[in-house]
Amino acid sequence: MTEFYILMVFMIIAAIIAVETKNLLSSVICVGAIGFGGSLMFLFLRAPDIAITQIVVEVLGLILLIRATISRDLTFITGDREFFGTVISVVVVFVIFLAGVRVFETLPEFGTPIFAQTPGAASQTYIEKGLEETGAANLVASVILDFRAYDTLGEATVLFTSIIGATVILLYKSRKRLEESD
Amino acid sequence: MEGMTVIVKTIASWVKILIFVFGIYIILFGHLTPGGGFAGGVILASSYVLLMLAFGRKFVEQNLPLSLASKLDCIGAFLFALIAVLGLVYGGVFFVNFLYQKYLPGQPLELISAGTIPLSNIAIGLKVGASLFLVIFALSVCCKDLRYKDAKAESASNSSANKKE
Amino acid sequence: MPYALCFLLFMIGLYCAVVKKNMVKIVIGIMVMEYAVNLFLIMLGFRAGGEAPILDRTHLDAQTGQIASSFISHVVDPLPQALVLTAIVISLGSLALMISICIRTYSRYGTFDITEIRRLKG
Repeated sequence: MTEFYILMVFMIIAAIIAVETKNLLSSVICVGAIGFGGSLMFLFLRAPDIAITQIVVEVLGLILLIRATISRDLTFITGDREFFGTVISVVVVFVIFLAGVRVFETLPEFGTPIFAQTPGAASQTYIEKGLEETGAANLVASVILDFRAYDTLGEATVLFTSIIGATVILLYKSRKRLEESD
Repeated sequence: MEGMTVIVKTIASWVKILIFVFGIYIILFGHLTPGGGFAGGVILASSYVLLMLAFGRKFVEQNLPLSLASKLDCIGAFLFALIAVLGLVYGGVFFVNFLYQKYLPGQPLELISAGTIPLSNIAIGLKVGASLFLVIFALSVCCKDLRYKDAKAESASNSSANKKE
Repeated sequence: MPYALCFLLFMIGLYCAVVKKNMVKIVIGIMVMEYAVNLFLIMLGFRAGGEAPILDRTHLDAQTGQIASSFISHVVDPLPQALVLTAIVISLGSLALMISICIRTYSRYGTFDITEIRRLKG
């Protein structure tokens, strides 16, 4: 259990540095550190599928962020901040945090999953009947591609739409340039 | 964007093949070991991103042009929907695993098993890999000619026009 | 206690997305919030001393082919892992869309500051 606390404290320190520093390149590198710590956390939480996906997605996300920030003229943030708005925001976020911690006392303790306590949960059926009904040895793959395949279809649609949106925004030629090239 | 030095180009041309084969392995064995279509597709896209960073954008454009990547993306999404509709035709229910239940059960823990799950993995891996390569290629193409100075000149001319009126 | 630390990470991301003026900082705040939510969902399904939900030859009986009952009583929950897997890839797609909007706004207005963009009309 101590490895969880060490990794969480590392991620929180990296998040505070990413939020507060004035250099954009430093904050992008700290976001990479948060993602790497998250991947190690997933490995210790016995989820190897998620650890592989998180680390490759975080590497590509870093390439996207660095492409947006490093070739621009401004890499330092200047200007003053409003004092009153910042204080009000910090107070509101702190009150939400205190109210939210009370909710976690109603959850079961860390280390016992919910399906061990409620009988007839869906996960119990997926574990017991997974191999006979789908034939896949990876239970997570049998859940996303056989028992819950609609969610995967929805996810493929969302990814398709967001990539089309990003490509159209980036490759858009304005009307003046089209008229000049004709 | 332009390429890098000779050392980086040599090593990248060897390592790119290893990353590509590793991505195909993660996709194909997605029903036996951790991995699956999503992680394998992202690894396939990152092998082409390595090629683009080491050799420059124009070299990759001759290798895998933008229109071909876009067509592969659509083919992957279409294959996934086709597998779902074939489940309706042969099995009676939308998205049922018709290969495992009727035609080709196979042995558990072998490569050919679990019906349509490996086929869905291949379709999703193709789709995710082509999409992410498309986005990173479009990011490197965009906004080469419209720079910060143009925007400042535009706003200066706008404010001078407003002052005259 | 680990739940509270995960919630603290979410609150740091929320503070960054609300208070900061630079557009890239807002995008970074949204990414930190997404990491925190995925971590919290996987933490819900963890069993102390558990095993990963991947079957092996050692978990099956040799003659009957049934799953050993010690595996069923020791495995972690596979359902949150399936849902988080798609959520991670969707977060990459939405990051691409946000970065493309930031780049287009920079090339049009010349700044990343959101208060400047409100004042420059046209």
